Amino acid sequence: MNDMTPTREEREARLEGMGCKRKRVEDVRFTQGKGNYVDDVKLPGMLHGDFVRSPHAHARIKSINTEKALKIPGVLAVLTAETLKTVNLAWMPTLAGDVQMVLADGKVLFQNQEVAFVVATDRYTADDGINAVEVEYEPLPPLVDPFKSMNSDAQILREDIKDKKDGAHGPRKHPNHIFEWTVGDKDLTDAAFKKADVTIKELISYHRVHPSPLETCQCVCSFDKVKGELTIYGTFQAPHVIRTVVALIAKLPEQKIHVISPDIGGGFGNKVGAYPGYICAAVATIVTGKSVKWVEDRMENLTTTSFARDYHMTTEIAATKEGKVTGLRVHVLADHGAFDACADPSKWPAGFFNIVTGSYDFPAAHLTVDGVYTNKAPGGVAYRCSFRVTEAAYCIERGMDILAQKLGMDPAELRLKNFIKPEQFPYHSALGWEYDSGDYATAMKKAMETTQYAALRREQAAKREAFKRGETREIMGIGVSFFTEIVGAGPSKNCDILGIAMFDSCEIRMHPTGTGIARMGSKSQGQGHETTWAQIIATEIGIPADNIMVEEGNTDTAPYGLGTYGSRSTPVAGAAIAMAARKIKAKAQMIAAYKLEVHEDDLEWDIDGFRVKGLPEKFLGMKDICWIAYNSPPPGLEPGLEAVSYYDPPNMTYPFGAYICVMDIEVDTGVYKVRRFYALDDCGTRINPMIIEGQVHGGLTEAFAIAMGQEIHYDNEGNVLGGSFMDFFLPTAVETPHWETDFTVTPSPHHPIGAKGVGESPNVGGVPAFSNAVNDAFSFLGATHIQMPHDFWRNWKAAKQLGLIKDAAFAA
Amino acid sequence: MIPGQFQYYRPATTAEAIGLMAKLGDDARPLAGGHSLIPMMKLRLATPEHLVDLHGIASLKGIRREGDRIVIGAMTTQHDLLASDEIAKMLPILHETSLLIADPQVRYMGTIGGNVANGDPGNDMPALMMTLGATYHLEGQGGVRQVPAAEFYQGAYFTALEPGEILTAIAVPTPAANHGYAYEKLKRKIGDYATAAAAVVLTMSGGKVATCSIGLTNLSETALLADEAAKAVIGTSLDDASLKRAAAAAEAIMSPAGDGRGSPEYRKYVGGIMVIRALQHAAARAK
Ligand SMILES: Cc1cc2nc3c(=O)[nH]c(=O)nc-3n(C[C@H](O)[C@H](O)[C@H](O)COP(=O)(O)OP(=O)(O)OC[C@H]3O[C@@H](n4cnc5c(N)ncnc54)[C@H](O)[C@@H]3O)c2cc1C
Repeated sequence: MNDMTPTREEREARLEGMGCKRKRVEDVRFTQGKGNYVDDVKLPGMLHGDFVRSPHAHARIKSINTEKALKIPGVLAVLTAETLKTVNLAWMPTLAGDVQMVLADGKVLFQNQEVAFVVATDRYTADDGINAVEVEYEPLPPLVDPFKSMNSDAQILREDIKDKKDGAHGPRKHPNHIFEWTVGDKDLTDAAFKKADVTIKELISYHRVHPSPLETCQCVCSFDKVKGELTIYGTFQAPHVIRTVVALIAKLPEQKIHVISPDIGGGFGNKVGAYPGYICAAVATIVTGKSVKWVEDRMENLTTTSFARDYHMTTEIAATKEGKVTGLRVHVLADHGAFDACADPSKWPAGFFNIVTGSYDFPAAHLTVDGVYTNKAPGGVAYRCSFRVTEAAYCIERGMDILAQKLGMDPAELRLKNFIKPEQFPYHSALGWEYDSGDYATAMKKAMETTQYAALRREQAAKREAFKRGETREIMGIGVSFFTEIVGAGPSKNCDILGIAMFDSCEIRMHPTGTGIARMGSKSQGQGHETTWAQIIATEIGIPADNIMVEEGNTDTAPYGLGTYGSRSTPVAGAAIAMAARKIKAKAQMIAAYKLEVHEDDLEWDIDGFRVKGLPEKFLGMKDICWIAYNSPPPGLEPGLEAVSYYDPPNMTYPFGAYICVMDIEVDTGVYKVRRFYALDDCGTRINPMIIEGQVHGGLTEAFAIAMGQEIHYDNEGNVLGGSFMDFFLPTAVETPHWETDFTVTPSPHHPIGAKGVGESPNVGGVPAFSNAVNDAFSFLGATHIQMPHDFWRNWKAAKQLGLIKDAAFAA
Repeated sequence: MIPGQFQYYRPATTAEAIGLMAKLGDDARPLAGGHSLIPMMKLRLATPEHLVDLHGIASLKGIRREGDRIVIGAMTTQHDLLASDEIAKMLPILHETSLLIADPQVRYMGTIGGNVANGDPGNDMPALMMTLGATYHLEGQGGVRQVPAAEFYQGAYFTALEPGEILTAIAVPTPAANHGYAYEKLKRKIGDYATAAAAVVLTMSGGKVATCSIGLTNLSETALLADEAAKAVIGTSLDDASLKRAAAAAEAIMSPAGDGRGSPEYRKYVGGIMVIRALQHAAARAK
């Protein structure tokens, strides 16, 4: 070897493969403002569409008069339900097996519902058109409180299905009932509760929030009448699913539909579903023969396209007096709004909420979920979490704290006592899941040591005494949360969307000069796929990540996949990438064997090429193999070096983590300060630690927002409040706490590279950590459960209810 | 979130602007930084047919001393106020308050004139101007008027501005060199209006409050001057009992709306706390 020969470390480093903090390649364009988003798509002669929306939460439509609007120069068309009926598109199927009005048909069921679609030559004229459409409403009493949905005297909201006794998920108990979903062993659970020394019962609500990505939902539809082809540029997290859905409902041949998701400015579940805007823009382009753009504004986004949560969870835990949990019983009242438009795998009306046993070894559990209609916007999407998993984690993590309080035990100690033990994996939970791997106690203890948990508790005890003596008006809370996620939907045996199995895919094409392009069925919305996917390939086949171009989002070129949400990309597409790369490597090995004149078995892989075992100087690098593959392949072997892999995962993956939050609250104003937030995540094999950290920071910031202020609130009339960023809490850098991140590594045993997915963990684990901190702060004053969000005002209200605020405080 | 149609004008002098306002009538509105008006137009809560942009009028901008007063042109931005050494030295409370308004982007555009003329109880400058005893210079076809800030506000978005009038400048009496000051603002986040805020300017003499004025933001339909609260502390050393009396007197005149920031009850309560904190803070700063 001469001086120029790179060392093994140098060769390894040059690949920038798995484990490397590779800088995000997509940021080169994003930081220069050179991203290409849907609103950047400008086609010649493009028209703009926008909606007339309902001011009422519940009303009958007496008439819609479009005459004046159509007289405005530049307004070309106004679509209503009547127009859409002529193409059979006044209603559309939802992913949850319900149907949803595209444009109000006879009545409106939530405020801001889409009533008419005005198409004009520019956005301004479209808005003038909207203001000129005259709609006459007859207001009906609104149904806002989900606890009243199934009252015998409740207004029937969905007249279209009022006589349907069965919904997509079985029998309905009331015209406003959507489904009942039951899991677990009722008798065993009842018996556990009968025998229990200690039980708790609490209504734990997870309020209505919204994913609010930076970029709202939008699309450009363009119909080529001559070719009969429809091109849709859209902010889709799952472009292939959109193509198939459009083929099914618009009755167009699927090969004539081109769906393109360009750069996406965040999705968080908001961009999985199909919305009236897409359908209307598609119909409008077919009707007018011109391209039509629809771009939601912020208020439309917050108030119409896909809220998240609105779960009211009555939670009961049974335990021994030593603090061993013996049973879990949960009833959920799920407020789905006016249509069931959840974006869950089709057979899972409450998503994977049955992960609600969490990280604990519950011998018995029973879960019932009732979904109901109200006069609110539809949705119920997985806002930065796997399907209903953040709800489940919040439920059990609050429940465990409430139990600890009742037992007079430390909440961390109670968790340690009940964790599923490493030797129990693969673990079969009482509600039907098979957890793949975990080492919970190690993670919890590391978190406690790093944060000096015992010292924090001592400090808290001293502060509580000082508070009682009247020396301070500040209280201190320590929030502990230990979550287990379930991600990577999913195995075709139990996961599909509208019958489409939830596999994912990758196609790799190597070029003769030793570079390549890789395409996937996933779709990044900011997660950094262009960076990390190339890293997996780099490690697998020894080609530097910089020489692999990653492309997603164009259904004409990308292999079919189910898209990106529910932390499924690494568990499913990531596996497909490794498997496709291994096919490339297998062919490369045949080529190397032929060229090095040995048997394949006599070769060993060495970072970036094959070496003859025992003869270190006989080496053929991957770059050279690429050239040979095209230009002088072994006799009998096809030229070229490409592979496709479709991956149907054998199981879900189960990331977990231990979070600790330290918070101080001033009772007189309710103002809180997050003093410290520590997040330990175990997502199995770590592909790019820097991206993981970024994902954790982002997810924690969203968790902070949700727990401490974000809310889509409705008044008694069904008016949506919090529909703008003035009131919907989106923290700035100033409010956002400092995040400390940490990790352990417990690889997934069934995943080709052992990775589990991390993007959603911080939201799932973060929300209970914040909420537990607030509840912990108030617990010594007699509180058991204070509902989220914990904004200043609500904290003050909690203090007032506990008698800490005197009515006549300032009377001298 | 798209405004309706409007005509745009950019006069070069105050006289020209006043002429335009008179000619265009009721459907004309002056446009300053646009950071209150344009959002309202996008929501179509405001639908002016004519916008008279004041940015072309050089004389409306700037900060100058006129005897014992500081005169600030209406088109002076909140950023200009923050960048001014004169303001930092002579009117430090104006510096402190400006920093608590929104974020740098808003402050680059938003003007002091727009802030006080807007008549929104959520704006921070009106209560401060009342506390400082400022006077507004209004100019219309009928000539020039001077209206004290304390008499300017009549209701939410209702002010003493007559149709066709423009606010040209704000004159603030220079506070005593030894004065203490504080603007205490409770808000949910950067970029939010006050849940409750209090402005205090006072002087101390021999450990006792000699003079004091207190203003309140977003605790009623308009900014308020809390005279009784101020009286309650004059002559005291700001002991607990006097502070509480002041807070109670301030609370007595508050009638905030309930909104996402809190119930009226909460806003009054924290309003009282802002008064106490501003008094304590101001006293600590007084020389
Ligand atoms: C996100 C955000 C947060 C904000 N937070 C705060 C805050 O915390 N505190 C705060 O005080 N403000 C806040 N503001 C408002 C901001 O300070 C505005 O800039 C200010 O209220 C209005 O000033 P402007 O120059 O933008 O006026 P414009 O919006 O142009 O005008 C406001 C009104 O005053 C009238 N007007 C303007 N100038 C004159 C004049 N010379 N003569 C007569 N009439 C005139 C206009 O016709 C209009 O009716 C916020 C704004 C935004 C967008």
